[in-house]
Amino acid sequence: MSDAPILEASGLDLRFGAVPALDGVALGVWPGEVVAILGESGSGKTSLLRVLSGALAADAGEVLYRNAAGALVPVHAAGEAALRRLARTEWGFVHQNPRDGLRLGVSAGGNVGERLMAVGARHYGGIRAAAAEWLRRVEIDPARMDDLPRDFSGGMQQRLQIARTLVTRPRLVFMDEPTGGLDVSVQARLLDLIRALVADLGLAVLLVTHDIAVARLLAHRLVVMRRGRVVEHGLTDRVLDDPQHEYTQLLVSSVLAA
Amino acid sequence: MNGWALRTEGLAKTFTLHLQGGARLPVLHGVDLSVAPGECVALAGPSGAGKSTLMRCLYGNYGAEGGRILLRHRGEAVDLTAADARLVREVRRETLGHVSQFLRVIPRVPSLDIVAEPLVARGMALDAARQKAKDLLSRLNMPPALHALPPATFSGGEQQRVNLARGFAPGYPVLLLDEPTASLDAANRDVAVALIREAKAAGAAVVGIFHDTDVRDRVADRLFTIEPRPEASRSAA
Ligand SMILES: Nc1ncnc2c1ncn2[C@@H]1O[C@H](COP(=O)(O)OP(=O)(O)OP(=O)(O)O)[C@@H](O)[C@H]1O
Ligand SMILES: Nc1ncnc2c1ncn2[C@@H]1O[C@H](COP(=O)(O)OP(=O)(O)OP(=O)(O)O)[C@@H](O)[C@H]1O
Ligand SMILES: [Mg+2]
Ligand SMILES: [Mg+2]
Repeated sequence: MSDAPILEASGLDLRFGAVPALDGVALGVWPGEVVAILGESGSGKTSLLRVLSGALAADAGEVLYRNAAGALVPVHAAGEAALRRLARTEWGFVHQNPRDGLRLGVSAGGNVGERLMAVGARHYGGIRAAAAEWLRRVEIDPARMDDLPRDFSGGMQQRLQIARTLVTRPRLVFMDEPTGGLDVSVQARLLDLIRALVADLGLAVLLVTHDIAVARLLAHRLVVMRRGRVVEHGLTDRVLDDPQHEYTQLLVSSVLAA
Repeated sequence: MNGWALRTEGLAKTFTLHLQGGARLPVLHGVDLSVAPGECVALAGPSGAGKSTLMRCLYGNYGAEGGRILLRHRGEAVDLTAADARLVREVRRETLGHVSQFLRVIPRVPSLDIVAEPLVARGMALDAARQKAKDLLSRLNMPPALHALPPATFSGGEQQRVNLARGFAPGYPVLLLDEPTASLDAANRDVAVALIREAKAAGAAVVGIFHDTDVRDRVADRLFTIEPRPEASRSAA
């Protein structure tokens, strides 16, 4: 058990006009830990993820990232260049819509390979071999390496996005509804893949989802949000099997009724 | 190590049902249980008394409302009711095992890896972990052909044997067993009894719910009876 959090946020407030998207949110993520942010539509999950990754400025509060060298980086004071460097090297992003995370006009192999080149890989054969290996890991036939992802199914595009994200071995991965747009059967395969890769690589993951089954399968710990506030948090199975807050009980029971 | 491996002090648990107008369902109150290394305690009491609730509290699956749950972990007493989620995970990885009544199936993961996973999590090499998983599954009469398959399509008894192998493989110092033999045939029940006895001989503290009195008599050193709370029985009626 590592005792220093990789990401730590406190006192986060954010308003859009009258709407409080974040209201006094505090959160920590430790290395190797998968934390799911759970809540209904509009509860502030995406806003929180964007604030934590520096994509969106909060009205108040602080986000600290502990980098690979062990130094604390104040995410919102680091500057754009530093954030871009982190996004290229130590962080990864998996978007709900693969179009936001892939370049659809670049070959599948190129999508994976260009992330490696961005961190300094130069040897063409090595990059191509690494890309093929990652396609295999996400269960895409490496023979399709030179095909364009726009011709792939939604599930394949999502798996490709995961390969592109993980090829550089990020330390912290942000995922916003990674299985959101997919059929249930396609979802199961993707979830299993994410579960296995995250465990193998020991990644820290911040995962936004409104799907309790996804949270149960992937997350070690849950943060339940409602109207911009964290109403309950704790070990995944404790929160789901013995929910304390009225809102969490509602969330859990509506799934049972579905 | 002597004394206790697991103990509760004044453990209380009340469910607050917010969706039923905030109704309160008191289940456990003032539970003082102490289990020594090598000892097996069987929970007793009528249906609805709170046996499974106590078991789930001991695993940290249900949050306690009052009192303490102490575990000997890494040579020190840890209070589970005050531990944060990361410490509970660590305790579950190293100290506290749990065999539930039914296996929670993870899609697409082969039985062998379901059993090997907690061993790998404790630092065992994958090959060694798989070998140990294979031996244990074979001992529970699981045909080798099934080892490579995910248990989703298995029979209840087959799933339960995967569950048992997963729970017993690591050799946890504290082991919680909720109806471990309920869906097993006689031959596999005997294997389960042998596994429990071996765990005790190796120094594990065991707490179990055994509706099968034959199994209970063969493994338990004593009973711990949970008296139903009047309010709880009224609500259940
Ligand atoms: N750029 C914006 N301008 C105005 N309001 C916004 C903006 N972004 C978010 N909001 C509002 O902030 C609240 C939280 O939005 P957010 O996107 O964080 O919700 P969410 O929990 O991710 O929901 P969903 O599950 O639907 O994705 C909502 O009421 C939303 O309408
Ligand atoms: N998650 C929960 N939420 C609300 N009430 C619960 C929950 N879990 C258990 N209970 C209630 O607690 C009481 C005790 O249940 P428990 O399952 O612990 O009984 P038991 O002694 O194991 O019974 P059995 O022998 O039938 O398995 C019951 O009234 C049950 O409805
Ligand atoms: Mg969102
Ligand atoms: Mg029970």
